[in-house]
Amino acid sequence: MIRRILPLVAGLLWAGSAFAADYSLLNVSYDPTRELYADFNKAFAAAYQKETGKTVEIKQSHGGSGSQARAVIDGLQADVVTLALAYDVDAVAAKGLIAPDWQKRLPQNAAPYTSTIVFLVRKGNPKGIKDWDDLIKPGVAVITPNPKTSGGARWNYLAAWGYAQKKFGSADKAKKFVADLYQNVPVLDTGARGSTVTFVERGVGDVLLAWENEAFLAQREFGKDKFEIVSPPLSILAEPPLAIVDAVADKKGTRAIAEAYLKYWYTREGQEIAARNSYRPRDPEIAKEYEKSFAKVELFTIDDVFGGWTKAQKEHFAEGGIFDQIYKN
Amino acid sequence: MSLQSNLASSTTQVRAYAPTADLNVVSPPSQREKVRPHTAASKRDLRTEPRPIRFLIVALALIFLTVFVVLPLVVVFASAFSRGVTAYFVALTEPEALSAIWLTLLIAAISVSLNLIFGVIAAWAISKFDFAGKTFLITLIDLPFSVSPVISGLVFVLLFGAQGFFGPWLQAHNIHILFAVPGIALATIFVTFPFVARALIPLMQEQGTQEEEAAVSLGASGLQTFFRVTLPNIKWGLLYGVLLCNARAMGEFGAVSVVSGHIRNETNTMPLLVEILYNEYQFVASFAIASLLAMLALITLVVKTILERRLDEGQMVSDD
Repeated sequence: MIRRILPLVAGLLWAGSAFAADYSLLNVSYDPTRELYADFNKAFAAAYQKETGKTVEIKQSHGGSGSQARAVIDGLQADVVTLALAYDVDAVAAKGLIAPDWQKRLPQNAAPYTSTIVFLVRKGNPKGIKDWDDLIKPGVAVITPNPKTSGGARWNYLAAWGYAQKKFGSADKAKKFVADLYQNVPVLDTGARGSTVTFVERGVGDVLLAWENEAFLAQREFGKDKFEIVSPPLSILAEPPLAIVDAVADKKGTRAIAEAYLKYWYTREGQEIAARNSYRPRDPEIAKEYEKSFAKVELFTIDDVFGGWTKAQKEHFAEGGIFDQIYKN
Repeated sequence: MSLQSNLASSTTQVRAYAPTADLNVVSPPSQREKVRPHTAASKRDLRTEPRPIRFLIVALALIFLTVFVVLPLVVVFASAFSRGVTAYFVALTEPEALSAIWLTLLIAAISVSLNLIFGVIAAWAISKFDFAGKTFLITLIDLPFSVSPVISGLVFVLLFGAQGFFGPWLQAHNIHILFAVPGIALATIFVTFPFVARALIPLMQEQGTQEEEAAVSLGASGLQTFFRVTLPNIKWGLLYGVLLCNARAMGEFGAVSVVSGHIRNETNTMPLLVEILYNEYQFVASFAIASLLAMLALITLVVKTILERRLDEGQMVSDD
């Protein structure tokens, strides 16, 4: 009996301790980037080994952007964070784990890939959804996660608000529009991936407000014959930022490699990986190459319309903020 | 040896009533039937409900069981094998799956063995001694049953998190508890603590202290008494507790989810990996892992039934 079990245990031990690399990084990321970072980590490890001869193992942790930031604050030993929005990185920075000027340390607001918010509808677009206005029509069920817990949901909310403010010209009318929109939401999941599963797997709702990359992924996984992507003419420029967690990297002595890891995003290879995973690349050359993959959408930034994340967070999503007011009524 | 044979008689006395009690339950109605004259009405068995009602009740129970227990099980296995046997085993031998299986076994081994020791000590203290605060101790042991697992996890975040009570000290000494194996083990121990103690307390209370007193009066030391008198008496109950403890330790989701940090290949247990794979549209892989957990549940059920029978039969067989 023991003779039979021992090899099994040894095998499991091996599996547990395998891949001992020269360096090890922990990247704490948000929900929909699983596939993106699976690709990117492999490419980076190969490139790094080619350049330096050292092997590097990148460990990943995924979850709701807000709760991931919380875990890092509570002591999750992340060398880098790659979250859904700057506000969550700011929350970690506020505890002194990341330098306050983190967003200036890397080009383009420390967001080498961007995305936007699009609509995923069922085959043939039976409700005829083309623009934000169609979402507040009676009888249209909209699926979006809870902006209190999900980063993607906050981008959804702000995209709708930005559209309405530009169209109607006043904050009051924008508030009314967003309130009407959330009247049409039958269920608020806690995270972006949860909402996708609700829409795609459980068949709830007529339209899913989703990250563009998430919509493409769902289409790839389940087939173009089941879902269509509708890009509204106007949407928000979502910039998911990266940062080194200074306190952890300095303690573990991994700052140099963590820097190399994040900078790899700005190389040609990194930008191509982003584009292949349906994130919009920043590099104009690569963007041109993948032009056909992404619909032409007029994009506004959070700084333009809301005056930055800190302000938007306080006004809209804080306790008693505008979201609380409209979702109660 | 003399110690054992001395004890044998007392055990037989305690246990002997069980078979007769069973006989008593069966015999009176059959006697009653003999006395009664055979009328048309009495042809209907008075011991039970009329046939249609019996049928209805059994059918309802069966439908309920089918919908809520059998069907989900079938779905788990059907989904796991939906792309064939090869895909199933490929999914189970992925590094991520192996790491989750290994971590789950490790956590179960740690938490079950520690809870075995704690549980026996706690049950021993409660059933063999009288002391102030005993009821309070029993309530405390039951606490993990009544607390939501998420809260159980958060407690450890508040204690060992970087912003928590011991956090700064642990950080300064570079000790990692949260988001690592110790944290997951702690949360699991907390959640599964009551199982062993709860299985032993009624058993040990029923057995009383006479046998131990007899052993001590015959000159046995404390440890001798424990290993040669108490332990043989409680071994089936102990196994029963260990079994349930193990099932819960391997299946725990909520508390572990809070303290895990979800680091791939490192701090994901099987239940956590099931959710992760499901959310990544890897349904076969997700249900393959889920099927392992379901098999664990089925094995637990079978062994539990055997152990319950052993417990009912008493320990006469094992005592000699």
